[in-house]
Order: sequence, then C-alpha cells, then structure tokens
Amino acid sequence: MPDHPGYVPTKLQDAINWAQKYSLFTYPFATACCAMEFMATMAGKYDIARFGAEFPRFSPRQADLLLIVGTVTERQGPILRRIYDQMADPKWVIAFGVCASTGGFYQNYTVMPGADQVVPVDVYIPGCPPRPEQVLDGLMTLQRRIQDHRGHSQRELGNTAAFTPHDRRRLPIVPDGTSMTLDEDERMPKDGRVL
Amino acid sequence: MAESVLTALTERFGDAILETGTYVGDEIAIVAREQLVAVLTFLRDDPDMAFAMLTDLTVVDYLEQTPRFEVVYQLYSLSKKHRVRLKVHVDEAPEQCWVPTATGLWHAANWAEREAWDLYGVRFEGHPDMRRILMYDEFVGHPLRKDYPQNARQPLLRRPDATPTDDQTTRLLEDSHDRRTSG
Repeated sequence: MPDHPGYVPTKLQDAINWAQKYSLFTYPFATACCAMEFMATMAGKYDIARFGAEFPRFSPRQADLLLIVGTVTERQGPILRRIYDQMADPKWVIAFGVCASTGGFYQNYTVMPGADQVVPVDVYIPGCPPRPEQVLDGLMTLQRRIQDHRGHSQRELGNTAAFTPHDRRRLPIVPDGTSMTLDEDERMPKDGRVL
Repeated sequence: MAESVLTALTERFGDAILETGTYVGDEIAIVAREQLVAVLTFLRDDPDMAFAMLTDLTVVDYLEQTPRFEVVYQLYSLSKKHRVRLKVHVDEAPEQCWVPTATGLWHAANWAEREAWDLYGVRFEGHPDMRRILMYDEFVGHPLRKDYPQNARQPLLRRPDATPTDDQTTRLLEDSHDRRTSG
C-alpha cells in the first residue's frame, strides 16, 4: 500500500462512482413531445438498459437522475424545483432537448428560458427533439462525469478527498452547482474518429 | 338555411343587430352588448335556431382602434346543422371592458370566458368563478393583449444564482388596470 493517506478513500470513491454511473434510476419529468424520443430511447431498438439506466421511477424519492424531457413553463417552475428537492443526494439532472435547455424556439411570456433557471443541470442534450443517439451520448457524458466525481451534487457534497490526483479532466470546483462546459476531450472529434 | 338566421335576428331584434354579413359562407352578426343575452337566449331556445352548442368564445384585440376589443361567439346547432358567429364590441376603458356572461346558457362558456379574461382582460359580468385559468395568480396583466411587451417574463421561481436572461422583467405591469379592477 503506497504511503499516501488519500489512497484508500480515493479508490473507494472510484468504486462507488463506478457503481452509481451504471445504476441510474431516472425520473422522467416529461412535459412535451421530447417524451416520444425518450420512449424510443427506452425501448428495445435503442435500449437505454445497455447503459444501466433502464428503470424509470415515477417517484422522485426513488430516483437519482432527473430527466427534464420537454418544455418547462414558468408555472411549472415550482413543481420542477419541488421534485428536484425531493430527490436524495447524490443526484444528477439532464436537460433533454432545446426547450429544457434554453426554452427553444419559445420566447414568450409563459415558457421558462431553460430548466437551469430553477434547478442545476449537469448535461444539456440539444435537438428538437434529440435523436436517441444524442440521448445516449448525453447519458454517457453524464456517466463520465459521475466517474470523475463531477456531478453537481457530488461537488456540493464537498468530498474533495475523492478527487483522483491523476484526474487530468477535472475542472475547478464550482460551488454554486452550475453546469460546466464540455472539456476538449469530451467534445465530438471533428475529424470523425470514434472515441 | 342561408341567411335565415341573420334574417330572423334582424327581424326580431332590429337595432340591437348592428351589422350583419357573410364571409366565405359563415354568417356573422354584430350585436349590441345590451341585447347580447337576449339574442343568445333566443338563438339557443327558438326551435328554428336551436343553437345547443357554444363551439368557441374568444376575443380579438384591435389595438389602436375604437372600440378596441371584439368578443366572438361561435354557435353551432346540432339538430339544424347550421352555424352563426356573433361579435360584440368592447371598449378598452376598464369600467367598460366587460360583457355579460353566457354561463347561464351554455356551461361551455365557463372556462372559455375565464380564458378570455385571463389572456385579454375582458370581464364577464355574472360569471360564477372569474379567475385566471392558464396563467398563475401572481401574473400581472393579460399576455395576449397586443400591447403586452413581447419579451416580458414574470418568473414564479428562479435560483438565486441562475444565469440572468436579458428579457427577465418582473412585476412589469404593476400599475396596469388589471390590478385595480380584478379586486
């Protein structure tokens, strides 16, 4: 065993993160047409079960991944926040589609300009609606972040000892829980090669 | 049936029918507000009219015209298979911005009138439950009025650290007439 006090907890947190990223229980906050693509992603052809996230829980208390699927109106803001608050830590949030990410093409008195106005968001999936491949890509991005201990609630828990010293992808800790942009190695490569 | 509804209306109500006409086969009558309930009652109850169904009730905002608003009733007779469209002019001034309710004639008018009040601010006198139906109670103003600012937002909830959007306008219409008249 190396002479390093952080070694055991670090490796333990790695194992916990590994377990968590392949055991995501989703709460689908499905408000609009993106739900159809969500259903396609769940169903056999695209089969989100391959990534360990197949089981939707319709109770926020039993879920750890909040999928905001579709347009969020201002009137729904307090409802969405309440659902988020009921979820136990650690928890993650994905904004599914442009409406949940930015309000999309709705720019009016009733639509919230992005779900991140009321809850922190880990991963934004663009598209109107996004194809299932995009959803799976977003899910895998989230799983990388969970492994790296970079989910917003993981950071809020402040378990800094869990950061692996060699984690070159780690960004500075943002204490307010806001989302960070993708790292260079998380972006789709422009030359078409597969990561 | 062409013209028969309009003919019957003008014969029976005379001056209360301000104007009649047709547009692509639809029969349209503009009715004085004072006689609106009488006209609607006649259309529903007369055996030759038998307009048992209020298809829709909505408002048009002709900004900068006088009178500014027009309340539109779309009626359909299930037995006679004919339709008629009634319009009522409504003035913009808060004390004049009302029409009598049609909830006593058709239950369908209940939510339609609440929607018209919510989005256009036209009151329906005698309505049993004149509350907003789509927007939240904290909302100020009537968003489908043509002079409602396009980008005004009245958020119910924001994270304190949320990214500010440049078109976030809270409590923008604090002094609108809605506050004074909705009681």
